[in-house]
Amino acid sequence: MTLKVIKPGLLTTVQDLGRSGYQQYGVSAGGAMDTFALRAANLLVANEPDAAALEMTLQGPVLELEKDAWIAVCGADMGAKVNEENLPLWRPVFVKAGTRLSFGAARLGCRAYLAVSGGFKVPEVLGGRGTYLRAQFGGFAGRPLMEGDRLETGDSILAPVKMDRDRPYDACRWYVSPHIFPAYGTDPIVRVVKGPEYEWFRPDSREMLLKERYRIRPESDRMGYRLDGPALECDTDAVMLSEAVTAGTIQVPPDGKPVVLMADRQTTGGYARIATVIQVDLPVLAQLKPGDSLEFQLVSREEAERLYIAYEAEMSGLKLGILTKWREMNDAG
Amino acid sequence: MQYVMYPLGERAVTVRWSAEMNREANQRALALLKHLENEPFTGYVEAVPAYTSLTVYYDPILVYRKTKQSPYTAVCQWLKSRIEALPTVSVPPSRKVEIPVCYDPEFAPDLSFVAAHNGLTEEEVIELHTAPTYHVTMIGFVPGFPYLEGMDERISTPRKHTPRSAVAPGSVGIGGKQTGVYPLEIPGGWQIIGRTPLKLFDPHATPPTFLRAGDQVIFRRIEKMEYDEICKEQKGSPK
Repeated sequence: MTLKVIKPGLLTTVQDLGRSGYQQYGVSAGGAMDTFALRAANLLVANEPDAAALEMTLQGPVLELEKDAWIAVCGADMGAKVNEENLPLWRPVFVKAGTRLSFGAARLGCRAYLAVSGGFKVPEVLGGRGTYLRAQFGGFAGRPLMEGDRLETGDSILAPVKMDRDRPYDACRWYVSPHIFPAYGTDPIVRVVKGPEYEWFRPDSREMLLKERYRIRPESDRMGYRLDGPALECDTDAVMLSEAVTAGTIQVPPDGKPVVLMADRQTTGGYARIATVIQVDLPVLAQLKPGDSLEFQLVSREEAERLYIAYEAEMSGLKLGILTKWREMNDAG
Repeated sequence: MQYVMYPLGERAVTVRWSAEMNREANQRALALLKHLENEPFTGYVEAVPAYTSLTVYYDPILVYRKTKQSPYTAVCQWLKSRIEALPTVSVPPSRKVEIPVCYDPEFAPDLSFVAAHNGLTEEEVIELHTAPTYHVTMIGFVPGFPYLEGMDERISTPRKHTPRSAVAPGSVGIGGKQTGVYPLEIPGGWQIIGRTPLKLFDPHATPPTFLRAGDQVIFRRIEKMEYDEICKEQKGSPK
């Protein structure tokens, strides 16, 4: 099956759940910014959760399917349409060959994910299929999609739907329930744990990080979110040696403006790390656009671990629930 | 050698042997990395060595399933017993690598600042930068970026207050007491004093980086003409 790019959108890239094992060479983990939405989209079309899907940013693409396919769109609401009809999100949708999928501007959230049953077939580079924009490798030719690109997809294990009507698509009635979504929102509270240099900061700076609102600056990208808000100051002359940083690390350069490291982050850094966004809240952050604001809330490491374990249990439940639904549909013929 | 452990988020723990530059601490980090790669614990994902530390990434779910306790606590215990059982660090034989660098003004926007900051002439900065044999303590920050130990403190210069949004690939910089080379076009806060025509990163090579932790490196000053020639050769050479 082939998917043809009619219009590429602002920044549409192939992403998966990222690379591991190469950070010691400076290769960032990468992968989807909102891993919840990517995993949900893949699970909905019976893919492995880490299959390659499309990540669309702020302004979505226009695409054409050259064969019938099961697809799912999760994450930001970009007013997706199949031909002229609205495409429902967070559920499996069977789309007929020759139909046009068009995405508009993100109305809610920042990034939407399109998974196709069978996954997108792009070569694996350094253990991943995601596009690593800075280093220009992975994904589709190491770059964002462009007009005229054609993406191959793998074989689907799902049975096609017999559609006799003129409708361009058929959507399942079941969907991912919003009650298991991360706490998406435009002014969210994002939880953090203390970073390794938390104690280096002046007490009033630590307090400000947790009391004041921070705004996402326009130069934020897949590498990191630069924040506007009260400047944070260190209370020490200690000099930091570069050391590992991770997804959610909040580092503070000498100008005092915090930067939250995201999917395409560097592997190590030399700026003081005041805090780390907890893993389960990273999807919330990934859906914020430049101009949106957020507040940070401190939780203990033990709490962050409990939340992570509970979240992964819900993801396992989601996978099981979706499999059950597909089995019921198969049995019903 | 004493060490401390602390969490980096809820999926990684850092083991640090020294808060200051220390060759033995670096070797201990590399030795633990090698050990973990040979004998990973349940849930081990990967590890990232730095100057004096090793950050170990793990899958909290796999650790939790095995231990039914805080994954961080469990991994710390495992690491502690591994570290204590590790034999004395042996120094692996290191490769000697030469990196040609052109220090011409067009490639060195911060050379004058580094000179002025340290009360030196630009020539003196270049001489001090090309004199030592450097030791690659880690590859990090971005693909193939070498962190080099051994820079003359007379050319130490703080990082820029606001990082540049794009630094050209091959740029050679100084950040505090450290020097290094940018393999890709990326944002960066180091003071840029020259540029190498060499490619330090190739995703299709094994390993993907030109330099490796443990290497010894010399910077050789080249003129623009040689810079251009090496660029041409690299373009013509088969991948």
